[in-house]
Amino acid sequence: MPTATTPANGDTPLTIAGTPLGSRLVMGTGGAASLLALADALTASGTELTTVAMRRVARPEPRTGQDARAEGGDTSVWAMLERLGIRALPNTAGCFTVREAVLTAQLAREACGTDWVKLEVIADDTTLLPDPAGTVEAARILVRDGFTVLPYTNDDPVTARHLADAGCAAVMPLGSPIGSGLGIANPRNIEAIAAASPVPVILDAGIGTASDAALAMELGCAGVLLATAVTRAADPVRMARAMRLAVEAGYDAARAGRMPRREGALASSPTDGRVAVGGAPAPGARDNLDLAL
Amino acid sequence: MPDELTDETTGEPAVVNGEPYPLRGPVPVTDLVARLVPAAIVDGVPRGVAVAVDDAVVPRGAWDRTEIRPGMRVEVVTAVQGG
Repeated sequence: MPTATTPANGDTPLTIAGTPLGSRLVMGTGGAASLLALADALTASGTELTTVAMRRVARPEPRTGQDARAEGGDTSVWAMLERLGIRALPNTAGCFTVREAVLTAQLAREACGTDWVKLEVIADDTTLLPDPAGTVEAARILVRDGFTVLPYTNDDPVTARHLADAGCAAVMPLGSPIGSGLGIANPRNIEAIAAASPVPVILDAGIGTASDAALAMELGCAGVLLATAVTRAADPVRMARAMRLAVEAGYDAARAGRMPRREGALASSPTDGRVAVGGAPAPGARDNLDLAL
Repeated sequence: MPDELTDETTGEPAVVNGEPYPLRGPVPVTDLVARLVPAAIVDGVPRGVAVAVDDAVVPRGAWDRTEIRPGMRVEVVTAVQGG
């Protein structure tokens, strides 16, 4: 039985800044119908690292304080992650400037007791695409401030290289826009980023179904981050399990040394000893069946 | 129940999470958090909450000695579902 941080096949686990994780699937928590449904999906996914957002606490109604009770204590997402033993990865979602992202990261470090941060500097609220310049600038500031920075970035190999050079612990290129479920729009760029990166590459955003996650791993990614593909599936628990299996399958496939591609068919059964009907030679004997040895 | 933070308010309020927050006098960050998110205080220790005053994080260890005064901008945040 493999332990949490020792994959069954003996391969090395996903390791971020020296910390091994027992799963290459990083889950987000956005979009879940309820905390209970979210907990079930997180468990089924096998994830050991899960994003949370930082937001203002609700103001209690005057003299009752009832509203605030939903923000803390046992009913909060924070308490749930502690109960499940899943490491929290606070994000800077919704930040459009470097200053917002840096302050949000610093608040997250204080609130969540971790110096890990998923850095997001978003260009605009329509595309929700990362702002490359702002992301690199914020990454430099946060690395200098002692953070372990996992930046959300475009599928641009050069930006990914700047982020790694800035000291980020991983780079997290998008497959396609946040929440789109469109899969990996530019697989060649993702492959190029993964091939060149000195730090783990985690495909982040755009995953819609299990084959997208498997493809990310086959392209050389070290992990996959997804949320709405699970939380907005009709059966989130089942999709969470599918994603766990897909990430494992894609990881193995990437390391199994896939067969070479070729034009046309190639028989895989022996050519000798085939039956003949009516004394005639079997058809196709001079064709590509000869190649199957 | 009398509210020592908001009764007999005079003068300029603080701004807490983007809204005016009337002050009777200087209020330690600890008291403000206890009032806003009582459920986040477990055994006297705040959990999962962070505070910034005028765009600078106030470390938990400094909450008792950091006072919210009129005109200060305060952010009180916690982890929520997202990402």
